[in-house]
Amino acid sequence: MKFLLTLILFTALTSTGYASETVPLQEARINVADKTSLLRGAKHFVTYCLGCHSAKYMRYLRIAIDTSVDQSIVLKEIAPDGASIYDRLQSAMNKHDAEKWFGTQPPDLSLIARSRGADWLYSYLKSYYIDTSRPFGVNNLVFEDTAMPNPLWQLQGDQQAEHRKTIWGGYTELVSKENGQLSDREFNQFVNDLVNFLVYVGEPMQQERRSLGKYVIFFLVIFLIIAYLLKKEYWQDIYKKKS
Amino acid sequence: MKINRLALCGNWILERFPLAKVWNEHMTHYYAPRNFNFWYFFGSLALLVLVNQFITGILLTMNYKPDAKLAFDSVEYIMREVDWGWLIRYMHSTGASAFFIVIYLHMFRGLMYGSFKQPRELVWIFGMLLFVCLMAEAFMGYLLPWGQMSYWGAQVIISLFSAIPIIGDDLSLWVRGDYVVSDATLNRFFAFHVISVPLILVMLVFLHIVALHEVGSNNPDGIDIKKYKDEQGIPLDGIPFHPYYTVKDIVGVGVFLLFFATVIFYMPEMGGYFLEHANFIPADPLKTPEHIAPVWYFTPFYAILRAIPDKFAGVIGMGGAIVVLFLLPWLDRNPVRSIRYRGGIFKKALVLLVISFIGLGYLGTQPATPELTFFARILTVVYFGFFILMPIYTRWEKTKPLPTRVTEEHSLEEQLHTFEEQLPALLDELSEVKNTGPEIGDPAFRSSFFSRRPTAEGISHVLTRWLKKIITSLD
Repeated sequence: MKFLLTLILFTALTSTGYASETVPLQEARINVADKTSLLRGAKHFVTYCLGCHSAKYMRYLRIAIDTSVDQSIVLKEIAPDGASIYDRLQSAMNKHDAEKWFGTQPPDLSLIARSRGADWLYSYLKSYYIDTSRPFGVNNLVFEDTAMPNPLWQLQGDQQAEHRKTIWGGYTELVSKENGQLSDREFNQFVNDLVNFLVYVGEPMQQERRSLGKYVIFFLVIFLIIAYLLKKEYWQDIYKKKS
Repeated sequence: MKINRLALCGNWILERFPLAKVWNEHMTHYYAPRNFNFWYFFGSLALLVLVNQFITGILLTMNYKPDAKLAFDSVEYIMREVDWGWLIRYMHSTGASAFFIVIYLHMFRGLMYGSFKQPRELVWIFGMLLFVCLMAEAFMGYLLPWGQMSYWGAQVIISLFSAIPIIGDDLSLWVRGDYVVSDATLNRFFAFHVISVPLILVMLVFLHIVALHEVGSNNPDGIDIKKYKDEQGIPLDGIPFHPYYTVKDIVGVGVFLLFFATVIFYMPEMGGYFLEHANFIPADPLKTPEHIAPVWYFTPFYAILRAIPDKFAGVIGMGGAIVVLFLLPWLDRNPVRSIRYRGGIFKKALVLLVISFIGLGYLGTQPATPELTFFARILTVVYFGFFILMPIYTRWEKTKPLPTRVTEEHSLEEQLHTFEEQLPALLDELSEVKNTGPEIGDPAFRSSFFSRRPTAEGISHVLTRWLKKIITSLD
């Protein structure tokens, strides 16, 4: 028991040691059932992300069905001009240009929320700061030397990284240098909607999965009760025999 | 008239096929000990999970494409566009992890109650072969989604073959079919995963059960129930498997499915343990992930591999960790089967084995830092110590006398009832302790006990007493 305790203690100590090296993430408020948030997020995605990033496993039709909005509204309000409702969220940028411009191909974002996690995406999009040594003039606190320029700079404004020193060691803080078009609160809401949409895109049937789950569990509880009563009935004679 | 014809039809088959005989032999006239407990659910549950993997697996192959260019997309196609595809896939991916949970518990039961001992050595060997096949099946299946972790996990494990002297490089090339993991590897792994290994698995399950039914099931008391039989030759402590254990196993199935469904519907990724986060990125041969870790059920063996400094020795260590399990029936020199009547030394050794296995499993998921590798080395030594020292410490054991008949298992109601009866007394005792206990500021706290300083004599006294206590508890 003592051995186990020391082991747990040591592993806990070492793991916290690693955690302090990375930037603490900010928490995104994810609610895939919030359909208006999803629609806002979809709109933001098409406006700010689709230029470079696809979400190729996703169709506009699926957005319309899952948010219970009319297909024509999705086409008019969200999809780019000329898109069909059956189209996937495919970027128009071609591979060769992308590699010439950014040095790498922008990844498909269909599953980004499942590989990176919502909090990481939320923090990443908010953690750009001015760094003149980088090709696009910005760097990111969460993903250092990222190849992606800040697509939301007009909305957020410019941030500057300031190094602070405390008795526990140094850390970097981002300070707003120039205000953008959105206030802090509006911008947080904007990024949150976008991340919420990406979480939904990662697993479009997750709402269906959760709502179905309770019926399955309810059935299994009933099944278990009946199975237990059946077992008790049969085993009565075994218990009787021994007494 | 109609029913009569149906019965005739049935008779026609029964006259030509020993259906009734097989049913009787293995179900209604197979006498299992009456005292099976919780640990005896996992055999039937393993069979249930196997069937689940077969059915969902067949359905998945209908839409999966074993092609390096299409594999990842086809999995997402199943998840998004195939009707109920997500459910089938989550059942299969969760089923894989559930299989290992069930099998590890099943094996632990065997260790605890000595089910591997004479005359059940062959049952254990077939079971171990099943375990090895299951590991191969899981490893090859994990490549199929063609995500980053699939790809790099396979890359790392196949490259282990190259550590073998002389033939190593050619062997790993032969296994892969290419210089790196590629379309050729994916295709052959698909063939193995859906055809050959499942066939071997089914055959081994058949042999495992036939071998078991020949010698009869062990039980938590580890005693032979065939010694005492009634006039008809039926063991006094045996009850027909069907209907008693079939209805009991259905209860186990219900409990298992509750957990299984909770994972499928509410946490299919299980925090990145059942479906790893990095596996949602398509395989990229040019980008190595920062941290490669196998799925949780391989991590104990992976930790042993990393703990040993030399690569080839590491491979031998990892293989040895599995091979040593095969030898268990001959390593254990104590004829007493069940842990209930064995000495304290075996109980403590078993606890150490469990700690080392879980500890190694955790360390296998973490990046290999010097401190963690140090812990992994200690735990590796503990793991192997359990087996290698077994012929020695099992001889020392002072066992308890065995009962002649199995001890009674109490039904859930009886247990609850006795608990209810004892509860008031227990509560009284607790409240009494509370009332008499000293409060803060009480002079009892300033008694000589707290003001006394430890002296060398006192410490040695305590230590010797403590050591004596441990030594007596080992018997």
